Amino acid sequence: MFNLKELRKSFLTSLWFMFLTFPIMVIKVNTITDTVEWRWRNLAFVGVSAFILSFVWRWALDRRAKGGKAKKDGIGFKATVLAKTNQYKLPGLIGIGLLVAILPFFASMYTTSVLTTALMYVILGLGLNVVVGLGGLLHLGYAAFYAVGAYTYALLHYHFGISFWVALPLGALFSAVLGLLIGFPVLRLRGDYLAIVTLAFGEITRLVLENWNDFSFGPSGIANIARPGIAGIKMKLPQATIFIYFIAIAMVILTIFLVNRLENSRVGRAWEAMREDEIASQAMGIDLTKTKLLAFSIGAVWAGFVGVLFAAKTTFINPASFTVWESIVVLCVVVIGGMGSIPGVVVGALVFTLLPELLRSVSEYRMLVFGITLVIMMIFRPGGLIQKTRKSYKFKKEGDGE
Amino acid sequence: MKLDFFFQLLMSGLTRGSIYALIALGYTMVYGIVKLINFAHGEIYMIGAFTALIVSGVLSMYGMNPVFIFLIAITAAIIYSAAYGVTLEKIAYAPLRKAPRLSALISAIGMSMFLQNYVLLAQTSDFLPFPELLPEFGFLDPVKFIISTNQFLILVTTTVVMVLLTFFIKFSRTGKAMRATSQDRDMAQLVGININKVISITFVIGSALAAIGGVLISSHIGQINFYIGFIAGIKAFVAAVLGGIGSIPGAVLGSFVLGITESFGTGYISSDYEDAFAFVILIVILIFKPSGLLGRKVSEKV
Amino acid sequence: MAPILEVDNLSMVFGGLRAVDSLSMKINEGEIVALIGPNGAGKTTFFNCVTGVYVPTEGDVYIQAPGATERRSIKGLKPHKITEGGLARTFQNIRLFSNMSVLENVMIGHHHRLNSEVFGAVFRDKKTREEEEKVVHDSYEILKKIGLENHVNDLAKNLPYGAQRRLEIARAIGTDPFLLLLDEPAAGMNPQETKDLVDLILRIRDNEKISVLLIEHDMSLVMNLSERIYVVDYGKLIATGTPQEIKTNKEVIKAYLGEEVDA
Repeated sequence: MFNLKELRKSFLTSLWFMFLTFPIMVIKVNTITDTVEWRWRNLAFVGVSAFILSFVWRWALDRRAKGGKAKKDGIGFKATVLAKTNQYKLPGLIGIGLLVAILPFFASMYTTSVLTTALMYVILGLGLNVVVGLGGLLHLGYAAFYAVGAYTYALLHYHFGISFWVALPLGALFSAVLGLLIGFPVLRLRGDYLAIVTLAFGEITRLVLENWNDFSFGPSGIANIARPGIAGIKMKLPQATIFIYFIAIAMVILTIFLVNRLENSRVGRAWEAMREDEIASQAMGIDLTKTKLLAFSIGAVWAGFVGVLFAAKTTFINPASFTVWESIVVLCVVVIGGMGSIPGVVVGALVFTLLPELLRSVSEYRMLVFGITLVIMMIFRPGGLIQKTRKSYKFKKEGDGE
Repeated sequence: MKLDFFFQLLMSGLTRGSIYALIALGYTMVYGIVKLINFAHGEIYMIGAFTALIVSGVLSMYGMNPVFIFLIAITAAIIYSAAYGVTLEKIAYAPLRKAPRLSALISAIGMSMFLQNYVLLAQTSDFLPFPELLPEFGFLDPVKFIISTNQFLILVTTTVVMVLLTFFIKFSRTGKAMRATSQDRDMAQLVGININKVISITFVIGSALAAIGGVLISSHIGQINFYIGFIAGIKAFVAAVLGGIGSIPGAVLGSFVLGITESFGTGYISSDYEDAFAFVILIVILIFKPSGLLGRKVSEKV
Repeated sequence: MAPILEVDNLSMVFGGLRAVDSLSMKINEGEIVALIGPNGAGKTTFFNCVTGVYVPTEGDVYIQAPGATERRSIKGLKPHKITEGGLARTFQNIRLFSNMSVLENVMIGHHHRLNSEVFGAVFRDKKTREEEEKVVHDSYEILKKIGLENHVNDLAKNLPYGAQRRLEIARAIGTDPFLLLLDEPAAGMNPQETKDLVDLILRIRDNEKISVLLIEHDMSLVMNLSERIYVVDYGKLIATGTPQEIKTNKEVIKAYLGEEVDA
């Protein structure tokens, strides 16, 4: 590992990166005072880190290359772990449930609000997971559906005073309709083309919201959206925050339940078959048009729900919340968590939203770290944090095969 | 006066188209060879512009001739963008060559986030003024109201670069190897083409072109920040898809179609929707011609 | 008795190339028919035209399910409609749903005969539950017949090569066809596997009452198995008849078998 050849490699890598980062890391031109700031410390920092990291990098790649053989044992290992966790599953779930239920009464309002955001990403992730993880349709315009939900509530509330509870199904409905509208033209497109066209649809939606002032109030957005209430009771901010938190919890539970049921059904099987091989799935009697449109619109439903919730939570929305990066963040949640895996997406969403909060002191590095994390995950753990486990069936060997 | 306006829009459309073409070529070449959307390509372009800005900032302290500074800055930008492009490929894409397409795309998105924030943190989030280094060309005075020096330079440079690139790909040994690799990578490997080298060269050329585009447009517009790459990158990508991704003439055609549409769209319809035009024509063209204007129709072998 | 599949002067033109050139074919109930010809003769293109992957340029394709009173044209229908009509196929280059389990692959085959939609999936009503149970059960029965019952929960991609080919057949049977179109089912198999495959195809025909049309290069398999053979070359039909007739047909020997006459 630390022989001369390796040292030389790392040394050269280190030199290369020092060269590479020299202008941007070291020189800073102040165009107002016309002075140049030389930050030589950065150069030393890059040199040393690159030297060390290049060892780690090669070691990790090496390990990955060898990993192919060890895989078989991995499966056996996983099975035993699963068997063990099963017996703790129920008490574990109850424990988590209790914790979740009492948390907002002890935590600060800020924490509760952050948790609610995390839960919203759980729902968004699970919704997009239907499209990307199950249907295999790379969708980069998911934020548009989210926006439709939010604007549905905001506008209906502004013009007609419609309540949160009425807006919730309407937001989902409009979102699903937009899903169908977007789905139709892109039916023939595959892979990368689909990705860029969905991205285009997402951006068009945002640009319309930004520029159609008469309809959406443009970049200034809509303020004073009502928080959800029950039977006309006006809640103060702390109570309302907790109430929204519980709405989000309820929606997460409902979403998990629904997605799980869909996944293990005829519809879910068709989605997965389509993801695996479009031509073969057609040859096996699956109507691709219907299956695709269904995936788009069902995925959109959840974005619509969360959009309404988002508008109610922040009481103010504007188009800046629905950029392409929002779509990408949701995609990252799905991919980092584990495509197609419900617990994976849940964990992915929590990691993605809570970790930056915990690391607030270094929050400016957050996107930098996310970016590189995506790369590293794809190379070393492409299946995500929690990989999907398939449902298995047991049959009696002899007899009538029940 | 109406005609002037028309010609101004036409020139501005051609200028945009040229810049898109310089960036779109990188997308399309990389896609042709490795079948990957290099989502971080726009960032390479941005890094080129930043490098040029930094280099010219330092050199102008020493009171050098501005034209010289410009030449050195653009050379530095080309070298650095190419270096970043190759490094990007080695780190984020090479380990994923056998992985599903989605993995590589996400890795590319990750790199894009990383590079944007790298420049943001190491430099600044503010817009920086890009120095005016080139003198006005005297011979353009009579048509100054239609075409500026920078626009002229952009058009000429782009044309020269396109011609050179065409010759390189058609006739050089490496160009032939690149074409072979894009046709059938396994076969190319069998006949002894060094795939790694071809991929690296593709990234070098694509990044260098993006750097040229980055410097030219920055000097035309006069300011840059860390985010310019993302928008330009997406539009150039739209141009590449429009023309049929993987096709070099397609990328150029798509870029000019996009540039001119945008220019006339903002001029005659509404400037509010400047960015929407790109997306709308993309969707319209892909619906009627799913593989782009000049793209080969890829029917999967059954 | 009317033929179950009737192909009438079918042609498929790509650009200037006539990949299939006015080919006609009739298959009767209970037959095993082979379609042979040199590489690139247009056999797979013919399959793709019949199963709806391509829309044929000229000609027509009719099916008449056993017991049905009238034939109907399936030309231009989408592949899933043709599958619903009773044709099922396998692919030359295996196209399984790799990341799904073996059982799920066969369950997908049942897709078009099931009715449960989103509503059923969400509420899991009695009808849906019964339907799902039946699918699981039926799929397992098919796997038993094919001899894959020990791999029910394995991922399709982890199966050995020969088993993957058989799973493709199982999946196709799942669609409950009256005619099975097999595209080079024995490709890449060793002699023992090929022999098992012959038995399997015979069993499918005899027990499941499914007729078979197969493309194959393995001459011993074709000669042992098929009752009639169609020979194509350059998209055109050059001969048809029983294995005995084909073996001695001069055209065939010239165009296709060449010196391999004794194969």
